[in-house]
Amino acid sequence: MRVVRRALLVAALLAVAVPLYADRRSDAKAEVAFGIDVAHKGLWREAILRWQKATELDPTYAQAWNDLGIGYEQMGKFDEARAAYDKALKIDPNNEYIRQNYDAFREIYDRQNRRGRDH
Amino acid sequence: MRSVKFMIARTAAAAIISGLAAVTAAACLSVSDVQIETPIQAKMDVSAFQRVLVVGFVAGGSKAVDANTETVRLLKSQLRTKSDLKVVDTDPLPLADEIDKRRIASGEARILPAPANASDPLIKDQKDLKAYADALTDDSWKAYWRKLGEQYQSPLIVTGSILFTETASSGMQQTIQTTQDATTGRASYTEGKQFVDKKGFAIDPTFIFIDSRTGDQLYSQAYHQDVSYSSSLTTPPLSSYFELMDKIVPSFLSTLSTQKIKGTRVLLK
Repeated sequence: MRVVRRALLVAALLAVAVPLYADRRSDAKAEVAFGIDVAHKGLWREAILRWQKATELDPTYAQAWNDLGIGYEQMGKFDEARAAYDKALKIDPNNEYIRQNYDAFREIYDRQNRRGRDH
Repeated sequence: MRSVKFMIARTAAAAIISGLAAVTAAACLSVSDVQIETPIQAKMDVSAFQRVLVVGFVAGGSKAVDANTETVRLLKSQLRTKSDLKVVDTDPLPLADEIDKRRIASGEARILPAPANASDPLIKDQKDLKAYADALTDDSWKAYWRKLGEQYQSPLIVTGSILFTETASSGMQQTIQTTQDATTGRASYTEGKQFVDKKGFAIDPTFIFIDSRTGDQLYSQAYHQDVSYSSSLTTPPLSSYFELMDKIVPSFLSTLSTQKIKGTRVLLK
């Protein structure tokens, strides 16, 4: 009887959680899409707000973290960009597009932080 | 027989499922390229200056290029177009000669004796260059920078040293040989190694930034770049000089002003 009760509880939780997750991902996707539209129009601040919201709605959405990294890069916020790219790669380490963006960013990031031979 | 059919069916199903998964994944991943301009913050705060004066450099190495004149000219033209500072137009000062002149005037010997052969450079290597560059840190020079400051309305002074030298090296280099089959016409490639002689150039500039109001050094930065070519190629020294400086100038400019680096990134949905 206890086993049946547990199974029912798990089923009930899943019945609530799965659609909730789907809703959040769908809302996050809408934010990401809007962010991309405005970024193409040069409205980077608005794009960043949208992508931030997307990552809050769904912190496992690697694409949103990737886009946020790009947005921060455009604004010259290097540490934030690096954190966003790191997060995107942690979630989706095999994504070639994210890797490509990250590599291009690292080239600039390292140059900005290179102080080895400065006096 | 039945188990064979089952296996075939199972393999086909697996292939369809994996195919569908790949198509779905590709369909889900929406990508778009976007152009970005990443701002690189200036390494120095130059807000106190409205003008910049590229005085000249202690230069040495190959006599094929007048590294002092070329560097002053190049930096001035880059600063004119890529910085907000007004560039003071003066002739490049031959700093090594100036240092020796001052020493002789004060009863001291030249740092290095004049070369016996007129075609030889006075400053041949890093050791010679350092001897002259160190002289620039004398207090007498502080007074000179301040004097320039009074003369040119307190600019930021750019000076330093530059060594442009010819290099030669030899070693094994990987080669790919192509051979064509006489009957089939098919090309085949064989990797191999070949001993080659190389020659090239190296450049070692150090840029020093001085506050002409006080004569104090604000910042300095040293660079090194080199390039080598097969000894069969004849590359003019001046074109190598510009090739090497092309790699250094963006970093020099980013010391004084915010630079924007254009690039393409991939936005993902």
